[in-house]
Amino acid sequence: MAAPDLHTFTLSNGLRVVLAPDTTSPVVGVSVHYDVGFRSEPEGRTGFAHLFEHLMFQGSESLEKLAHFRHVQSSGGTFNGSTHPDYTDYFEVLPSAALERALFLEADRMRAPKLTQENLRNQIDVVKEEIRLNVLNRPYGGFPWILLPPVLYQTFPNAHNGYGDFTDLEQASLEDCAAFFDTYYAPGNAVLTVAGDFVVEHARELIERHFGDVPARVTPQRPSFAEPRPQGELRGEHQDPHAPLPAIAVGYRMPDPIGELDAYLAHLVLASVLSEGDGSRLQQRLVHKEALVTDINAGAGLFGPFEARDPDTFSVTAMYSPEISADRVLGALDEELDLLAATPPSEQELAKVTARWVSGLHKEHDRLVSRTLSLGSFNLLYGDPALIYQLPERIAGVTPQDVSAAAKLLRPDSRAVLTVSPAGGAQ
Amino acid sequence: MTTSTHRTAEEIGRTERGPRPLPPLGEQRAATGLSTSDTLLSNGLRVIVVRQASVPMVELRLRIPFAGTDLMHAARAEVLASTLLTGTARRDRVQVDTELALVGGELDASVDPEHLSVGGNALSSGLDTLLEVLADALTSASYGDDEVRREQERLVERIAMAKSQPNVIARQALQKHRYGDHPATREMPEAEDVAKVTAPDVRALHQASVLPRGSVLVLVGDVELDSAVAQLESSLAAWSSADTAVALPDLPAVEGGDLLFVPRAGAVQSQLRLTAEAILRTDPRYPALQLANLAFGGFFSSRLVENVREDKGYTYHARSHLEFSPSGATLLIDTDTASDVTASALMEIRYELAKICLTPPSESEVDTVRQYAIGQLLTATASQGGLASQLVALASQGLGVDWLVEHPGRLQAVTAEEIAAAALDFFAPSRWTGVIVGDPAQLKSLDVLGGVKQ
Repeated sequence: MAAPDLHTFTLSNGLRVVLAPDTTSPVVGVSVHYDVGFRSEPEGRTGFAHLFEHLMFQGSESLEKLAHFRHVQSSGGTFNGSTHPDYTDYFEVLPSAALERALFLEADRMRAPKLTQENLRNQIDVVKEEIRLNVLNRPYGGFPWILLPPVLYQTFPNAHNGYGDFTDLEQASLEDCAAFFDTYYAPGNAVLTVAGDFVVEHARELIERHFGDVPARVTPQRPSFAEPRPQGELRGEHQDPHAPLPAIAVGYRMPDPIGELDAYLAHLVLASVLSEGDGSRLQQRLVHKEALVTDINAGAGLFGPFEARDPDTFSVTAMYSPEISADRVLGALDEELDLLAATPPSEQELAKVTARWVSGLHKEHDRLVSRTLSLGSFNLLYGDPALIYQLPERIAGVTPQDVSAAAKLLRPDSRAVLTVSPAGGAQ
Repeated sequence: MTTSTHRTAEEIGRTERGPRPLPPLGEQRAATGLSTSDTLLSNGLRVIVVRQASVPMVELRLRIPFAGTDLMHAARAEVLASTLLTGTARRDRVQVDTELALVGGELDASVDPEHLSVGGNALSSGLDTLLEVLADALTSASYGDDEVRREQERLVERIAMAKSQPNVIARQALQKHRYGDHPATREMPEAEDVAKVTAPDVRALHQASVLPRGSVLVLVGDVELDSAVAQLESSLAAWSSADTAVALPDLPAVEGGDLLFVPRAGAVQSQLRLTAEAILRTDPRYPALQLANLAFGGFFSSRLVENVREDKGYTYHARSHLEFSPSGATLLIDTDTASDVTASALMEIRYELAKICLTPPSESEVDTVRQYAIGQLLTATASQGGLASQLVALASQGLGVDWLVEHPGRLQAVTAEEIAAAALDFFAPSRWTGVIVGDPAQLKSLDVLGGVKQ
């Protein structure tokens, strides 16, 4: 797939910029990716990267509390932010007349966010409600993204809960916020992306005007989060007071998403061969033929692919009837993996995967918000936004033997198995 | 937190140059006109085709009015939706998936008390295949005994799963509270009813109710209008019937009254769901109501969100929105809050309802919601999928592309007085009712407020 018109450059303060003009619709997307996610938060401060993301919306030198939202929305736009394992992103999508406003808003909080005690307390409350809503008060809350990592990983950055414990969140101080901002939110640690309806030269000028005088700061040394693969099968169990059915998550380590991209892509194709669509291996056998599970899914990355640097997780999750044992589900999974390891998948199975990737990429490109965010994250993680458009070709290049080799790596003696048991009390 | 030295929070928030002015908006380029066709096929199916060639894809949405008054209807309809695409006289489940996958496509069916919906997409070069698979399912879905049995089992488990979700519990309670036993309340069938459905039941329901007349199909993408319409005509010609698809019976108007308390022991959070009667998009007061609702709780910069989230920290999420049926519309407010602040959150919601009647949106609020509503139309319809979904929702109300194109003009013309009048007409606290789901042991303080019955 041909890459669209892409322009990349770096400001003197180190801010990397991606411009992707496209005048199909009179709308524009702006995003900033900071190279820090929840894997970088220190012990005793679980959930801090996400809490800090909330604070970045609470005002800056030129913007009172609430002004950010009002300015975006009164320009007809939408906004959001999200915290990932290795980065945090912020974005606006607006009618193109508001491009300069969006740049101004992002530059102002990159230069001088207003971090106050009052806003910190308020957002701790909001984040606790977010956690109650998404984790504590619902069935399968945090499954598997919070529950699986502590079984699969040993070190704090990889294993801990990125949403955070309430006790840690409550202890967050203004001092923590200042240190976190000064360390990680330097312009040289960020990528600015502008996609949609604009003229390149004009956008360049606006970007220089608004971001050019954000002072350069030292950018942090990026730590390695590498740790050895599990030496055996690690097991964990979680009691869920709201869940009506048992569930299982199986976690494996994967090739380095950056350094071993082709091997990583083979795992993505494997995930599709296993569980995408009614014709996939695990759907056919476990859901329909043997009726072992209600739903099953295999995937790379606990939030989707291309979200994290090494180490990244390959997971298989399923919900199943109480009459079935977890070991029976595992046994069927292992048989299917052994089968693929011994006999490569057919060309047709791979053709299906490739065609769905191509159309998935088109759909993502057509939604301005996802296009903007992907260009930014690929620039941040891979140093190459155009790589997105080479993926269909790279994926088409994955051979049946590559998929077979990937299946061979998902071994029972080096994985984590988490079971979720219904613990009653649900109504 | 880190080893390096750093500035204080106060130092970070200040620069030598000081605060800077917000840049003005630039010149807005208008969206290029849509090239569309809105026509009836010979089988009575309304088709709306829009050429939007941003990517070489095509998005499809089909909506068939699919109501039923029989108590078993919801269960049968749910099994039908789960098995519609699992095999025909010519294709089994795996072949359906394989053919779609090879053109980068997908199709999914779902059902609610009002509609059977089929949605999907494919590479535009695969439109033939997409339509062929769809037509095959519409005309000869086989509902094999094995497929029906297996999907029934899965549905029973999925229903158990859904019914453990607080959001679903609250929604069911709200529907029952405001509509009693009207078919609209059966959004999710009972597991025991699903278990009773037979394959012949599903085949009979398909025969009786999967009908083109009264239904609408929207196609948006990299297509030529004339040839796409011709392609639809020839692909779907065999799908025909003299009967008309079954519309949902009119809903009774929602009347204001006490909130119903629904106990959920051990809950750490409560669900507040409030509702009031509203109006359809065709009502001349609709644009004013749309903007009044935005100012109240329809987006982040609304009074409700700024109050209960950004000021009080009671919730992560609060919003108000409109919900449409063929016969009418309602306003809904929903938020989830920790048990210890549930009563306070209810108090603030009631305060904001009264306040928007007495202190209607100011000039700057009106300006903000107007620009937001106009901008949202632009961004939400910029993608093929977004435009297709928007159009099929409008089409279910008898509206079309024209309405969408003309709506910015209507929003532009609304006056502050009309918005104030709409606020007064629709947000008066006495017009509202609703439900609260939560842990009774922690919610004694609700008694203090009154207006909540057990």
